[in-house]
Amino acid sequence: MLRLKNNFSIEHDIAGCGLCGIINIKKIRTNGEDIKKAIALEHDRGNGLGGGFAVYGCYPEYSELYAFHVMYDDIAAKEAAEEYFKNNFIIEKQESIPIFKTSKINDHPILHRYFMKPKSDREDRLFNELKDDDFVVKSVMLINSDYDGAYVFSSGKNMGAFKGVGYPEDIADFYMLDNVEGYMWTAHNRFPTNTPGWWGGAHPFTLLDWSIVHNGEISSYGINKRYLEMFKYNLALKTDTEVIAYILDLLIRKHGLPVEMAMNVLAAPFYQTIDKMEPEQKELYTALRQIYGSALLNGPFAIIFGYPDGMVALNDRIKLRPLVAGTKGDFTYIASEESSIREICSSPDVVWSPKAGEPIIIKTVKTDAKTAINTENISQKQRLIIS
Amino acid sequence: MTTDGNTKTGGMISGSMLAIDAKDMHYKELNKIIRESILSGVKNILLENVNGQYYIGDGIKGDDITITVNGVPGNDLGVFMDGPSIIVNNNVQDNIGNTMNAGKITVNGDAGDVIGYGMRGGRIYIRGNAGYRIGIHMKGYNEQIPVIIIGGKVGSFFGEYMAGGVMVLLSLDNSEESVGEYFGVGMHGGAIYMKQKIDFSKYSKEVEFLEANDSDMSFLKKYLSEYAKDFNLSSEDLIKGPFYKIIPSSARPYAHLYTSAAF
Repeated sequence: MLRLKNNFSIEHDIAGCGLCGIINIKKIRTNGEDIKKAIALEHDRGNGLGGGFAVYGCYPEYSELYAFHVMYDDIAAKEAAEEYFKNNFIIEKQESIPIFKTSKINDHPILHRYFMKPKSDREDRLFNELKDDDFVVKSVMLINSDYDGAYVFSSGKNMGAFKGVGYPEDIADFYMLDNVEGYMWTAHNRFPTNTPGWWGGAHPFTLLDWSIVHNGEISSYGINKRYLEMFKYNLALKTDTEVIAYILDLLIRKHGLPVEMAMNVLAAPFYQTIDKMEPEQKELYTALRQIYGSALLNGPFAIIFGYPDGMVALNDRIKLRPLVAGTKGDFTYIASEESSIREICSSPDVVWSPKAGEPIIIKTVKTDAKTAINTENISQKQRLIIS
Repeated sequence: MTTDGNTKTGGMISGSMLAIDAKDMHYKELNKIIRESILSGVKNILLENVNGQYYIGDGIKGDDITITVNGVPGNDLGVFMDGPSIIVNNNVQDNIGNTMNAGKITVNGDAGDVIGYGMRGGRIYIRGNAGYRIGIHMKGYNEQIPVIIIGGKVGSFFGEYMAGGVMVLLSLDNSEESVGEYFGVGMHGGAIYMKQKIDFSKYSKEVEFLEANDSDMSFLKKYLSEYAKDFNLSSEDLIKGPFYKIIPSSARPYAHLYTSAAF
């Protein structure tokens, strides 16, 4: 097994990959069988060197606590990290992440989870007044960069990432995701081409409640990394996807941008498009590009971004990676291939593709809401279904 | 299935017709059966319950071969195909008809991105919309003229770097503009015909926008009649003009980048 604290002499990775996402907008929870089936159809988009899932709504009994999923190389790494957790967090519950030893995944790190909240009298209070979220981010960055052999791969509330080296369908069996329930699932099948496949390098990448699965290559990684470092994000994982999770944390949580606008920073309209806008819009988009030029993602990408209130599908500005969406009742599906959606939903109400750089945003609604599905984004459909 | 005695495929053979139930079948197995069947003389192949299998009909030859697909086939359908016909009764995904040489792909639904990349012959008829990068790098030579006809609208980069062949955009069900950005950028051969009149000034400066003439129409008529027949549309309505024609203004738009001589 590759050690978690990777010291590979690489800058970042390039990947061809498969993506899937499922959301029930009324937050009705389903188990991991459908997402496993959908991503398994894209088996040949990966090469067995990384598979993973993010699920929202999986820990309702601990919904007020941060659920840390941590990988350890060995007991010593676990003891060192736990010393930090004990000093700084109230740990309400901790346990091994349930796994099923399948013949397909025979080499794995120690996988442990902790439900906890930062202590109010923790030591760092002597120096600063970080809010809980900020302290969690700081702790994740610290463990991932300074604690040898330990890696926090999930740190949100009522959500979790389950990932590792293997094909995603085998990873799903390994974590027994048929026993896990959530209202939103994302999945990733990895085909790393520039870095070794290691447990920490599998998608999704998460921070607090944000999760990202990504197909493509972030050519602007260097610029994005240096920009994030100014805000004390520590890029420890040496994979390009990591920057997307942190940029969105910065834009949405720290700077208070609405999700839609944050997407317009990642895939900013070209200046020639901005030139054609109405004055007010023009001013806004020009300002966004000027302020957040270093947060712009360059290169080919398709991403699915998960957050507690919804799911976003986004392509790069000239659409160099595939993305398809489909809806059926309260469910919306996103995938790299239409067949992946049809594998679990044979006759969707509508199937369409996002336009380059224009996000599809599917938000959750109140359970008693009358509208079955948020169709406002479907007006931008590229493709119309025949069924 | 008789070719290898594998009953799992649920194949049925009668005369030169073969039906294959492709449910949960891996593309390698499916394509092996297709190729072996063609070698053994099967002319008509019906694929049922296809969902996502890649490379269907890649590199196959024979003008008298027809493959009918029920379900959504995977990427790279009909790549390098040389003669046969593929009829898809649903949508298709990406990269169909890449470098196709002859034959025909008929799609009763919508198509994904990069359709007919580098296509050098044959026809691709799409009833609905198509995605980004349709017909890029298409080429033609003498009698060898690849033709793509799209019923709906398309995404950006339509006909980018097009070097030959013909594309027709019918915009049948759309009142809005049916092309995206970078239309015909770098185009240096072939022709694109449109039924919708658009303001071409905001697109490529390397092409000209003209009204199609009689000789254009007599060329188009042949293909549009076949398209109408395939999709059960009125041929008369389809052929009714005016059509607009987009052709490159230069066969070497980038000559100045690579040579010292001014062309």
